[in-house]
Amino acid sequence: MKTTIDRSGSARVTLPSDTEILIERDFDAPAELLFAVWTDPEHVRNWWGFPDHPMIVCEIDLRVGGSWRYVVEHPDAGAIGWHGIYREIERPGRLVSTEVFEGYPDGESLNYLTLAERDGVTTMSVRVVHQTKENRDGHVNSGMEGGMQVSLNRIDEILASLQGDAE
Amino acid sequence: MARAATTTDAFNAVAEPRRRLIVELLGEGERSVNEIVDAMSAPQPQVSKHLKVLKEVGVVSSRKDGRQRLYRLDANALRPIHDWVSEFEAMWSDRLDRLDTYLDEVKRKEQP
Repeated sequence: MKTTIDRSGSARVTLPSDTEILIERDFDAPAELLFAVWTDPEHVRNWWGFPDHPMIVCEIDLRVGGSWRYVVEHPDAGAIGWHGIYREIERPGRLVSTEVFEGYPDGESLNYLTLAERDGVTTMSVRVVHQTKENRDGHVNSGMEGGMQVSLNRIDEILASLQGDAE
Repeated sequence: MARAATTTDAFNAVAEPRRRLIVELLGEGERSVNEIVDAMSAPQPQVSKHLKVLKEVGVVSSRKDGRQRLYRLDANALRPIHDWVSEFEAMWSDRLDRLDTYLDEVKRKEQP
């Protein structure tokens, strides 16, 4: 039996281009199981919300052209929702869907989930691609509850490179 | 086009693509207005307007050097944005940690 590695806190968020955000993490589980836990509402309800932001809506119609909608109850902001349409489904390695943050209904992103399994470890990557500059810019202001939308490109790098000067 | 509060904080100031270009350019070092105008191929009045907004929120500062004015980036004003990215990462990290914990539960149920 393999030793279980503690992977808590190991998610990495990077901003590979002006319009993208990439979230990556490894899991000690087969891709098929991860795909199921990512796409079956009975599973999603158990992990997607937060302890103080319970999930109150979790609808998933897992077909190409089918829709999904998640709503969490935020203690201050009230109900916060996201929805989209599934574009490509290649179980268990790939899922492409659109995503609209309902606080910013004009800004739709395209999200690519890939699950690559190797020796019992599955690397998950979620790549969020914005459609237009306008949407991207709008999402900068929509705050963390905008979920997967961020477009700060190189600012993080620049800041890192300037920390020495500033401190 | 109505765009409220572009000058209230660093977030809004850098949400504008041309201003973000200026931030990226100044990330490489101090530049004069003329150098910024050349690098962006944008008309000077427009560049000056963007620089004014960035200056108001403290993202850039300027100094006089002879007849020209030099602009530089102030990293501390970008800190809220850096913190925001860190928070975003923490949010996803927590969410995926909970997914991981939940996966363990599912695996245990499948293999009694």
